Amino acid sequence: MSEQNSKITDSVDVCIIGAGHAGCEAALACARLGLETVMFTVSVESIALMPCNPNIGGTSKGHLVRELDALGGEMGKNIDKTFIQSKMLNVSKGPAVHSLRAQADKMEYTKSMRRTLENQEHLTIKQGEVCKILTKINGDGKPEVCGVEIATGMIYECRAAIICSGTYLNARCLCGESITYTGPNGLMAATHLTKELEAIGVELRRFKTGTPARMDKRTVDFSKMEEQTGDTPIIPFSFSTDPDSVQKEQVSCYLTYTNEKTHEIIRANLDRSPIYAGIIEGTGPRYCPSIEDKVVKFADKERHQVFIEPEGLYTNEVYIGGMSSSLPEDVQLAMYRTVPGLENCKIVRNAYAIEYDCLAPGQLKPSLELKKVENLFSAGQFNGSSGYEEAAAQGLIAGINTANKLKNKEPLILQRSDAYIGVLIDDLVTKDNREPYRMMTSRAEYRLLLRQDNADLRLRKFGFEAGLVSEEVYNRTVEKQNKIDEEVNRLKTTFVGGSKKVTDVLAKRESAPLKTAASIADLMCRQELDYEFLHELDPDRPELPKDVVEQVCINIKYEGYIARQLQQVKSFKKNENHRIPDDIDYDDVLSLRLEARQKLKQFRPISIGQASRISGVTPADVSVLLVYLASKK
Amino acid sequence: MSETIVAIATALSPSGIGIIRISGDDAVKIADTVFEKPNHEKLSDQPTHTIHYGHIVERNGENDYKIIDEVMVLLMRSPHSFTKEDVVEIDCHGGVYLLKRVLMLAVKAGARLAEPGEFTKRAFLNGRIDLSEAEAVMDLISSGNENARKNSIGQLSGRLSCKIKELREKILYEIAFIEAVIDDPEHYDSMDIKLRLSGITEEISDSLTHLKNSFDNGKMMMNGIQTTIVGKPNVGKSSFLNLLLGEERAIVTSVAGTTRDTLEENISLDGVSLHLIDTAGIHETTDVVELIGVKKAKESLEKAELVIFVLDSSDSLSEEDKYLAPLLKGKNVIAILNKSDLNSDTPVVKEEDIVRIFENNPPVHLKVLPFSAKTAEGLSELTGYIKEIFFEGKINTDEEIYLTSLRHKNMVEEAILAIEKVKDSLQNDMPEDFYSIDLMQAYASLGAIIGEEVDDDLVDEIFSKFCMGK
Repeated sequence: MSEQNSKITDSVDVCIIGAGHAGCEAALACARLGLETVMFTVSVESIALMPCNPNIGGTSKGHLVRELDALGGEMGKNIDKTFIQSKMLNVSKGPAVHSLRAQADKMEYTKSMRRTLENQEHLTIKQGEVCKILTKINGDGKPEVCGVEIATGMIYECRAAIICSGTYLNARCLCGESITYTGPNGLMAATHLTKELEAIGVELRRFKTGTPARMDKRTVDFSKMEEQTGDTPIIPFSFSTDPDSVQKEQVSCYLTYTNEKTHEIIRANLDRSPIYAGIIEGTGPRYCPSIEDKVVKFADKERHQVFIEPEGLYTNEVYIGGMSSSLPEDVQLAMYRTVPGLENCKIVRNAYAIEYDCLAPGQLKPSLELKKVENLFSAGQFNGSSGYEEAAAQGLIAGINTANKLKNKEPLILQRSDAYIGVLIDDLVTKDNREPYRMMTSRAEYRLLLRQDNADLRLRKFGFEAGLVSEEVYNRTVEKQNKIDEEVNRLKTTFVGGSKKVTDVLAKRESAPLKTAASIADLMCRQELDYEFLHELDPDRPELPKDVVEQVCINIKYEGYIARQLQQVKSFKKNENHRIPDDIDYDDVLSLRLEARQKLKQFRPISIGQASRISGVTPADVSVLLVYLASKK
Repeated sequence: MSETIVAIATALSPSGIGIIRISGDDAVKIADTVFEKPNHEKLSDQPTHTIHYGHIVERNGENDYKIIDEVMVLLMRSPHSFTKEDVVEIDCHGGVYLLKRVLMLAVKAGARLAEPGEFTKRAFLNGRIDLSEAEAVMDLISSGNENARKNSIGQLSGRLSCKIKELREKILYEIAFIEAVIDDPEHYDSMDIKLRLSGITEEISDSLTHLKNSFDNGKMMMNGIQTTIVGKPNVGKSSFLNLLLGEERAIVTSVAGTTRDTLEENISLDGVSLHLIDTAGIHETTDVVELIGVKKAKESLEKAELVIFVLDSSDSLSEEDKYLAPLLKGKNVIAILNKSDLNSDTPVVKEEDIVRIFENNPPVHLKVLPFSAKTAEGLSELTGYIKEIFFEGKINTDEEIYLTSLRHKNMVEEAILAIEKVKDSLQNDMPEDFYSIDLMQAYASLGAIIGEEVDDDLVDEIFSKFCMGK
């Protein structure tokens, strides 16, 4: 046996590089779709690690988790098993922007996900740093994945690979003058893969993110803070979780504020911040700024919020949300101690900034496959996103599309009008993002249709078609939709008149009496009335599950708005469905501006709609393209 | 690579000078073929943005040529020209024959005749102007008078774009605020959004309504106010008409009468454009030929935005005059009491007589004006009345923005509708995220006007104006 052959450990279908939130979903999806899968991690203990905030969900991220769940992902189920507080955000606003957020018991979350992975058929976990992606030149003259090599020199042959390297690639952590070349939480960085990727033509760039300190909760005075409790009843993330099973005792979070003294200390020490001293080269996110950024950029703000969140039931560590920093630890301690309730705090883990390599824009197909390397997919922070939920969503889609590719099926590409996941991936694929990309409700144009409450109705069929959702579950969703439609229809065709009984019932809510007949649906649209209350006028209504009633109410109450969004989607789809031929030669489109021509060549959009969203391509450029395409017909 | 195109850039009329414009990669080369400097220097050796004196020549051989015209040539190299391509403009002596001859020489030298609007199309495609500016150029080309031209130039210099951009910015600010509140509910408070948004939507609504209403004015400026002249024969209609035509030196178009009794003219009266139709008399008749004339006249009355009713102030009102009155119900009417020079102190027909015949059939506006076609008495009052009726007394195209494109008007209407929906949502106390749905719609509709939203239909429509080839 030659040395080369003896190093070949295994021959599988897919290698997953990384075991964070993207890696876990990608690995589970591939294995569940029957592919022999190996998932590599630098440390088995760090599987599904939450190295930053101790929660899952939040505005728009909660939507992602729900969508992921509807498609057959794991994150929603896992947080339902391991949360310690749950809250629906934005309840005072419309249903489209309600968002679920759950505080996780970090250790339980990791353990529970690891258990799921370890017991998944077709899936193997392997501790080891992937150093090299092996490729061969395929029939089209393009490099194609044929294996991976790990630090020990062992080789795994495979047909496809998914890079989910998170913040590990050439990572370095900064805390004032102290710089360590490690990944998050002091874990080993991955230092080899970058140059090997560059060797096969993949372009990388550098991003930065950060995390605040963790304190010993025994040193925190919660009596000076505002308590923030969870919701009752608790609503689970997963459509498969029985709500009754998640009603439990919850722990609280606490709210406190920075003050002028805090800001003074920060300003006095800015020269010791690696960002302001120019040591950090990576670009950080605007939406999740460090406390020193907040103080500099919003100088007129007298105070900033600080959320104290438990890291779990097992530990005394608490997370100091809103105060991430890369200032030296002595400055950190001084500034934290100016905050009411933190006067005597002791830091368990200091705040730090982390820099890492990730994919430069323009190199991904909407399927999350790299354009330059056949069968190489990627997901998560490597693709320039930020956040556990964003990573998990991409992991799932990359997993599904890897399986589809190996099975010669069309990729699953969700559109912006289908799901937040569609918005997320479209933005990552078409935009020249200059900072880690975070999901936000404002990025979703059609959010009244993309609610967290109807993610199952929107996406179960995609999950079913992909093979991750069982027929039984899918049929239940179809049945739910039918019930909703029937009930909406019944309410629209059940009329009441101006009888005394009706007038009396309406009077209870000071609602104007009817002059002519009106349907129950009409009455439901009155601000002061609702479905439950109108039961008296609608005695023959069928017994319906709560989730069906919820959909019925939303559909009727917001009908006009929903209709207008559907209209907007219609005109959006026109441009989406206007395909640009794969073989278009942009040099042949004479009047394109130079920048637009370069961007179009780089991104190679699949449709006019996508072209219009590419950074650096103006509507006038798209008009030029439209004219060109029309003249080619 | 762009094909080189050529066209006569000025109107084909017997004027003093005419301009031939050449644009494209070979513009300079082609100009060199047809143009000869006295010192025999080549245009291709000259710096950009220079003017050259010389002759247009027809060449038969190396040094054998015939002088066609004495001209000035303007050289503008890419990208600093209207089309962003190399452009050469030749200022020739006017005259249809001469201009066509120079044009054909350019074509012989390798240029292609431009499609209508093709220079503008190129300017747009090359990113020199935005959509609304491109449309303004098309308006400019076809505009009939000074004010319409000013308005087009206003749009061309981006005044409409500026206004729309300003409104869009306002809307965008509100959207951004709402989005911030939704995305970061723990940091931002939306307490006063409703109150503020009520004020802002009102303000935006007013601006948009004002813009929308300007469409009718804009259209009138562009096409002229549809004006029908009525009156029985021999009241001095012809001399009245001749006065107007004589007053107006730059007749833009002259459409031959479609029947033997109707004459159509476009005139400009102190900046106000009128599309005049002089009708045959309207009266009861059995004569077949006359019947056709009367029918035509009635049709033209129906379409008329302004009716000028010419009467003879020296003769008592006839049955025919009274017969006409009901036909003018609901119209803008200016009654001209002609021949005032004959009886300035004691006119036979007075204002109250006219008011009386309209008693049962009131027009929207009725102005009565003593007039003399002979001395031009009343002419400035006539212009004043027209402005009063149609432009609320003022036309100030230096500041006002007029919508002149139906597409723009439709988009503004869409935006108004969307803002109304926001107001409804506010009224119904809907949560703030619902406001942004319709605010986004308004934002997009306005964006379509200035080409900041991609729209397939829009491109189709714009390019139908530009006679897209292929």
